[in-house]
Amino acid sequence: MTQIFAYIPYKNGAAEDIALEFPSAAKKIDESASLTAVVTGSGADLDKVVEDMTGIYSEVIKVDNADLAYPNADVVRKALANIIPLDAIFLTAHDTFGMDLAPGLSVKMDSSYAADVVDFEGIDGTTLKAVRQELGGAVSTHMTIDIASGAVMTVRPGSFAPVEGGSAGGSVTDKSGDAGDLSAKRKFLEIVEAEVGDVDITKSDVLVSIGRGIEDEDNIEVAQELAEAMKAVVSCSRPIVDAKWLEKSRQVGTSGQTVKPKVYMAMGISGSFQHLGGVKGNPFIVAVNKNPKAPIFQVADVGVVEDILDFMPELTEAINDL
Amino acid sequence: MEILVCVKRVPDTAENEFELNGAGNDLDRDDLVYSVNEWDNYAVEEAIQIVDKVGGNVTVVTVGDDESEEVLRREMAMGANNGILLSDDAFEGSDGKGIAAILKAEIEKGSYDLIMTGAQADEGAGQVGGMLAAMLDMPYASLVNKIEVGDSKITVGREIEGGNQEMNEMQLPCVLSIQTGINEPRYVGIRGIRKVAKLDIPVKSASDLGVEGVGDAGAKTKRVDYFVPDLGDGAEMLEGSTDEIIEKLIEKLKAKGGL
Ligand SMILES: Cc1cc2nc3c(=O)[nH]c(=O)nc-3n(C[C@H](O)[C@H](O)[C@H](O)COP(=O)(O)OP(=O)(O)OC[C@H]3O[C@@H](n4cnc5c(N)ncnc54)[C@H](O)[C@@H]3O)c2cc1C
Repeated sequence: MTQIFAYIPYKNGAAEDIALEFPSAAKKIDESASLTAVVTGSGADLDKVVEDMTGIYSEVIKVDNADLAYPNADVVRKALANIIPLDAIFLTAHDTFGMDLAPGLSVKMDSSYAADVVDFEGIDGTTLKAVRQELGGAVSTHMTIDIASGAVMTVRPGSFAPVEGGSAGGSVTDKSGDAGDLSAKRKFLEIVEAEVGDVDITKSDVLVSIGRGIEDEDNIEVAQELAEAMKAVVSCSRPIVDAKWLEKSRQVGTSGQTVKPKVYMAMGISGSFQHLGGVKGNPFIVAVNKNPKAPIFQVADVGVVEDILDFMPELTEAINDL
Repeated sequence: MEILVCVKRVPDTAENEFELNGAGNDLDRDDLVYSVNEWDNYAVEEAIQIVDKVGGNVTVVTVGDDESEEVLRREMAMGANNGILLSDDAFEGSDGKGIAAILKAEIEKGSYDLIMTGAQADEGAGQVGGMLAAMLDMPYASLVNKIEVGDSKITVGREIEGGNQEMNEMQLPCVLSIQTGINEPRYVGIRGIRKVAKLDIPVKSASDLGVEGVGDAGAKTKRVDYFVPDLGDGAEMLEGSTDEIIEKLIEKLKAKGGL
């Protein structure tokens, strides 16, 4: 029987949403597989999450050790390599922790590796079929993964339907004693919080958001004029911040701000999942992009294929004339 | 400090509209514009800045074909001292582990204090750095957006959710994957590339490296095909003249609270 283990990420004693998504992912791998949640950490936060997971999973493994209090991937990896059966399927989120943990774990467990899986299409013999994306979401691919000696995989948050939790009545197995030697050559020091900027884009109902399509720092003015006309605020995708054209506090996405506007104007943004991961609350999304195949058009409500450098000034003028 | 940076030649997502080939099993690669992976550029810049401060050498390495030489030269024009091309028909079809195994063989021939990769490349997997570290038994940190070099240790910041930064102390040698935004990569023009055009870039084969079991036959994870998903209806595309489009858009924005 296929054995699947899901690593539960959490913050301040609350599991991330993906804890409710792993069960759907596991079913798509193998309807009859056993599924076990794995929670590592220390103290009250750990106990709280373990307790919550018994409502979602029938089996929960708890690993309590002071060295695991902060999830340092180099330490957690050592513990997991001792606890997870080497031929099992191990799932973790494709987030900044999963990206840190999982590739190395697949080496330590001598398992196959697949990253950022968005769908599974079942097992045939010892071959698992999965779907992932490449090139910033521009194309998808089917993958075959040989699971004969196990597999480690990261799954994209939000890609599998969340299950209803609460009543699984799961049992807890304490494997703290099996964690083994947790010494590591990487030591966690502290978290430095992101700087607060001069504008709070999370408070605005309308965002004019610019991406790499703005092409040049001088062109940002064009977006600012549109934002003024719409009584909106300018936000952006990551490359604009990387180029230091706007402050980090204006960045929308998983490594930036989570926004919940009513209207989101995506101007020259391709629509990567890391960007869209910061757009919540089901806003009305308008996408303007000169590439008719840009992935953003699959999630936008309204799309326009035009050059934003021509389109934005004309839209601004038309709005100002109203 | 001896620093090795692993780089990759990739289709440029900003420059291309991707189409599938006739058989649907690959991209139509005939007219694709390639460049160095965006993340790798930041890694090379960071390596150069470290060496400028504390001394040493930056070596750039790639697993690829003849055409991959151009990305090595580009990074050498930025200031990397050496380039190495790992190339062999036997490498074709390698999965992430195959690529990591090839790089590991080369790394073990040298003596590096710091090994860097980009946080991810065209496949969006972000796997080679973490695999390399595990194969070499070195500490690893991904998504690094700050590095401070000390004596036998370095302090690194990792970018985590919400743009917060996780600070770690790492012992050397170690492997880091570099996130965009850590620095501002310097510009290289045609002249810069011309200057390094004559520099020797050694090419190493599977037998030079002594690696086996990589390539398609050794790959446990394989791409079967490419496809463009049909995600339902998608956006309602506004068509017509720009004036007509703007008129329709304004009506919609008014209805949805955008104006
Ligand atoms: C761990 C991690 C975290 C990340 N976090 C974030 C995050 O928080 N936020 C984020 O945004 N990204 C994030 N990224 C980066 C993300 O993967 C993408 O690289 C990024 O979102 C791309 O930004 P973009 O859409 O502006 O650029 P591109 O993908 O380059 O797209 C530019 C678009 O503009 C169009 N265009 C170009 N010129 C014009 C023009 N003149 N008129 C109209 N359209 C034009 C192009 O057709 C293209 O579709 C993260 C990546 C990683 C690995």
